[in-house]
Amino acid sequence: MPPRRGSGFDGADLFGAAPPPPGPPEPRQTAYSVTEVTGLLKAAVEGALGQVWIKGELAELRPHQSGHWYFTLRDAEAQIRCVMWRTYVQRARSRPAEGAEVFMLARPTFWEERCELRFTAVTILPTAGVGEQQLAQLQVRDALAHDGLFDPARKRRLPPYPETVALVTSMDGAALRDMATVARRRWPAVRLLVIGAAVQGDPAAQDLVRALGIVNRLAVDVCVVGRGGGAREDLAAFDTEPVCRAIAAVRVPVVCAVGHETDVTLADLVADVRAATPSAALELVLPDRAEVGGRIAHLGARLAQPLRRGIHLAAERLFRSEDRLRHAVVAGIRRDRDRVARLGGLLDALSPLRTVARGYAIARDPDGRVLRRVADLPSGTAFRLQVSDGSVPARVEGTA
Amino acid sequence: MNEAPLSLATTLRRLEEIVRALEAEDADLDRALELFEEGVVALRLARERVAEAELRVQRVLEEAGGDLRVADLDV
Repeated sequence: MPPRRGSGFDGADLFGAAPPPPGPPEPRQTAYSVTEVTGLLKAAVEGALGQVWIKGELAELRPHQSGHWYFTLRDAEAQIRCVMWRTYVQRARSRPAEGAEVFMLARPTFWEERCELRFTAVTILPTAGVGEQQLAQLQVRDALAHDGLFDPARKRRLPPYPETVALVTSMDGAALRDMATVARRRWPAVRLLVIGAAVQGDPAAQDLVRALGIVNRLAVDVCVVGRGGGAREDLAAFDTEPVCRAIAAVRVPVVCAVGHETDVTLADLVADVRAATPSAALELVLPDRAEVGGRIAHLGARLAQPLRRGIHLAAERLFRSEDRLRHAVVAGIRRDRDRVARLGGLLDALSPLRTVARGYAIARDPDGRVLRRVADLPSGTAFRLQVSDGSVPARVEGTA
Repeated sequence: MNEAPLSLATTLRRLEEIVRALEAEDADLDRALELFEEGVVALRLARERVAEAELRVQRVLEEAGGDLRVADLDV
């Protein structure tokens, strides 16, 4: 893992401790090759110091026709040889004058081919144009940018309906009162959890870091870091690296509102959303109850609509079903009646009574059994003869 | 620390879903009634939430042992 840059708290360690240079190699019997030696030196030299800010007097500036700048940076005791590649030269706003005191952001580069040490510069700023505080901010900005804290892809979206909002702000400033006023007007359903912190002066940075740490221990949906307007130097805490890193470490989206329209602090850049004032921050964070009420009313109307239509459709369907049912029943009954009539006719046709009616007679013994054969009727047998309108007694006379 | 059993965001999202499902017309009446009933409950919850009038402001204090304590704050 590369050394983490600028994790220090007091600003003295802004670029993080470089890893210790590798110690001298183990003594050995065979000779080193030149390449081996320069390779070892390169690793040792470049490993000893990362990219750092160096203050010194600019001298012997030689712009090369290729566009690169070659120069020396020195103070009373020592000097270093430097190069700034064309890409970075083109980004420089102006060419610093020789003899000027400058801040240079550079890293040591060991050129193995010639066993030479040069510093490769990225930025040169004349100290005359840069206050110490500004330089500190530049240094912090560089470290934060290196770790991707300004990356737009990091920015989180604000939740649409926050239930609980953490406010990191001064307990006695106007900012807190302003934020509560906006919340009351806009979305009183919210719960505001205030974590008091000093927002200016020496303890501010440390106190803000502590307060932001507390935010991570609370169940909140969003965090607002705010303070009222003030002079630029009052905002110094919001340019410190610990505060910026603490903002980046908050687990919920952070809105930074340090009450300054014109100056943007580093904390503003690290936060997910920047607001001009604490009141504006709450306007951004909280939904408007009138708007939400309207949306709910609209949803309510839409909720009832399809069901009303659904019931209407179902009722229609029911009526249609009833009709069909009635039709079915009536048709069934008619069918049954016809069938009964047809069966009745058939039954009628098959009835022996119909045959008798046509002039046939049926002979039956006294028990009512039908007598069909000669053998059933020996001479003298008494039987009854059934004709169409009744029966008469009869007797067999003689033999067949 | 969050007392609301269902957030307004969740409630409104569910309500949207219900309305869309009902509007899709393919639900049978039983299902539609079921959805409608759920929708009415969600609607009531949402209305109550928006109607809440009392802003709660509380201060978070860190005790000596590191525990957090929440106290009402008059702002």
